[in-house]
Amino acid sequence: MDYITTVLVKNGLIVAFLVTGLLMIAAEYLSKILTNKKIPGSAIAIFSGLVLAYFAGLATGGSKGIADIKVLSGFELMGGAMFRDFTIVSTAMGVSFGIIKKTGLAGVVSLLVGVVLSFFAGAVIAIAMGYQDAASITTIGAGACTFVVGPVTGTAVGAGSDVVAISIAAGVVKSILVTIGTPLMARFIGLNTPQAAMIYGGLMGTTSGVAAGLAATDPKLVPYGAMTATFYTGLGCLLCPSALFLLVRMFY
Amino acid sequence: MLIRGVALLAACYITGQLIGETLGRLLQINANVGGVGFAMLLLILSQNWLEQRGRFHLEMQEGVVFWSKMYLPVIVAMSATQNAKLALSSGLVALLAGIVPVVVCLATMPLISKLNPKSE
Repeated sequence: MDYITTVLVKNGLIVAFLVTGLLMIAAEYLSKILTNKKIPGSAIAIFSGLVLAYFAGLATGGSKGIADIKVLSGFELMGGAMFRDFTIVSTAMGVSFGIIKKTGLAGVVSLLVGVVLSFFAGAVIAIAMGYQDAASITTIGAGACTFVVGPVTGTAVGAGSDVVAISIAAGVVKSILVTIGTPLMARFIGLNTPQAAMIYGGLMGTTSGVAAGLAATDPKLVPYGAMTATFYTGLGCLLCPSALFLLVRMFY
Repeated sequence: MLIRGVALLAACYITGQLIGETLGRLLQINANVGGVGFAMLLLILSQNWLEQRGRFHLEMQEGVVFWSKMYLPVIVAMSATQNAKLALSSGLVALLAGIVPVVVCLATMPLISKLNPKSE
């Protein structure tokens, strides 16, 4: 029986294609019979991915969701940054350059507001929960931006590894919340035009969350949201350990 | 012809990543600044450029469109590899620091949308 495992592991990426396909067929089916297509199959598929990742994490004790299960290790490649970014870039085909130019200013403003506001909201929570030193407050505030900004900032300002872990967790919570929440909130915040998607991407910033959330809302909006969101992590890594850290240090 | 489309996409992707990494280095931060965004702009611009010269063939487009349709499955695979256990189990600080900023930022969305020139 060992050779079956070996074959599956050796062809990991293909196994991931197969399993993802089956998962999406099942999600499409559930969408039809349980919700009468009210909840799109893509949203169900993404959500069940998260649920599977949670239980896989419980079972294996690892940090990579179902990719920690040996025969499903190909998911690490298929769900990794390379494929994610490559496919996001490909969605730009057919995007209207005019809309991007027209929304440029609002997009830049949304990026700045998104990073600064997330940082302060996170920092205030850190203070409220009893953190007293500037490095920890800054790192948790940075984690409220994305799960990349948190550890990058934590390393730069010299925060403890427990605080860095909290900042990563905060970023993961945010990305999962945006993934699940976007299709639910879209109607109430007017998220139905490319312009709105660009602003939304800039405000939320988590590329994975925005991309998955918009995919479940309306796939046509994905490239616009991803376009601004991709600048967010860089901007956060730029501002959090420098200007925002200095600002926090003035008070702590 | 199909591979030309894939190669065009790959060229834009790699160039964008390099620009993003270089920008990160110039700014002295250990991160990729907008690599995906630059790659997307490059793809849009090069598509326009090729179309104007009549050198953008349907089959070439299909090489790119395939990947844009693989986007959703890749996102599903990505969500299945998230550290969801960490997110749920790491305590109140992480949960609050992940949730509250999203709510606060959402509240500003109508304000920023007003910056947009009204579409016709």
